[in-house]
Amino acid sequence: MPQPILTIKKLTKIYGNNVIFRDIDLTVAEGDTIVIIGPSGTGKSTLLRCINLLTHPDGGEIWLDADEITAKGANEDLVRQHIGMVFQNFLLFNHLTALDNVKLGLTKVKHMNDKAAEAKAFEELKRVGLSDRAHHYPGQLSGGQQQRVAIARALAMDPRIMLFDEPTSALDPELIGEVLEVMRDLSKSGMTMLVVTHEMGFAREVADRIVFMEKGNIVEEGSPDDLFYRPKFERTREFLWKITELYGKKENADGPSAAEDTESNQPAAEENA
Amino acid sequence: MDVANFIKYILQGTVYTLGVTAVALPSGLILGTLFALLAVYGGKTLKQVMSLYSTVMRGIPPIVLLLILYFVMSGEINLSPFWAGSISLGIISSAYQMEIVRGAILSVSAGQMMAARAIGLTRMQAIINIILPQTLRNAIAPWSNEAAIIIKDSSLVYALGVPEILRRAQLIGASSGSYLPAYLTAALIYFALVFASSRLLGLLEKKLEIPANP
Repeated sequence: MPQPILTIKKLTKIYGNNVIFRDIDLTVAEGDTIVIIGPSGTGKSTLLRCINLLTHPDGGEIWLDADEITAKGANEDLVRQHIGMVFQNFLLFNHLTALDNVKLGLTKVKHMNDKAAEAKAFEELKRVGLSDRAHHYPGQLSGGQQQRVAIARALAMDPRIMLFDEPTSALDPELIGEVLEVMRDLSKSGMTMLVVTHEMGFAREVADRIVFMEKGNIVEEGSPDDLFYRPKFERTREFLWKITELYGKKENADGPSAAEDTESNQPAAEENA
Repeated sequence: MDVANFIKYILQGTVYTLGVTAVALPSGLILGTLFALLAVYGGKTLKQVMSLYSTVMRGIPPIVLLLILYFVMSGEINLSPFWAGSISLGIISSAYQMEIVRGAILSVSAGQMMAARAIGLTRMQAIINIILPQTLRNAIAPWSNEAAIIIKDSSLVYALGVPEILRRAQLIGASSGSYLPAYLTAALIYFALVFASSRLLGLLEKKLEIPANP
């Protein structure tokens, strides 16, 4: 088996007396798209922040390729260059145009010359379908466009892995599609991705593996089919279908209908009775 | 003495008023920005030191501080009244400007720093490229207030014998006996300067405004 890109061993994070998560183990192979799901307050976002060292874990190890990035003396700024991060609230640099947002890391971190950086930044914007918005400021872009610029900004650094922290949760429903489409394309192009999301349609279509987290533990992980139709734990099934009901009902129309029918017909049946 | 000469004599003090402002305001901004960065991003001790500095400096009347600093500077370093007065005002202003910049830094969302670090910028790079450009834009409006205060407080160097507007008004008032016209002329000049500076900074704020859809 080839060396995984990301290996997490016994990762623990504690704020004061509050255990966010404990002894998390997770490996991500090259080209994999892993979707992390779970109720809010379960530590999913904190896990992503630990992975690119925006917060520091209290125990355990994180390995990026063959390097332990949680080791003492690891160069954190270098680590973050290799790990792209997309935030729920986009967090574009408000005073810079879309192009300059993407370009900044190239000139300041990668020390590319201005012309090369501009060309590359433009390419990345094109990749997310926004070359015609290059000279717009974040305040002039829709939420969906802002998030796509944020994705381009992270991609421009040529990361080994991309982390997505609920990338569509802050978007109006009609803007979610364009962002998911970019992520779908990215996944197909072979990018390694770790995605925290409630978009079950996306998870089922794109994920190689779904990880279900609850109360700081990984309850269960497996292929989308395993988790949706053959979950080991009742709790997994319950959560998955509740979330699907809330977020992506129509996208499940193609799935085996047994479970879905029971779910959606039950209340109606009760009413009739 | 005719009216034209009377006014001209007082008006000549404007050079000093503007000179004092031109030294005090930028030096206060540089110090204030530096202190604000230390207050926000520094360690616990630095934060406490900065907070103490700000509290003490803002708790003493500017004229008292001015006299203290002046006697330290003119005595120890042998600076002219103009320079000693201007730099003193700059130091006093640094405490106020520190609070302005500190507030402006805190008004930039913490997410901006996080996003900057996430693409591999160092803390210092993030401060220079992301935080400060947004901070200083936010600071222009409150800062134009401070500019007005400095222009007005520059009259305090009068106490050190610098021949600025107020000093001249007093001199010519005494020699001509027309105190009220002299002081009214001074008031008018100060007002014109303050008015012009707020207008100019207002234009600057508009010019630097980050474009956004309504």
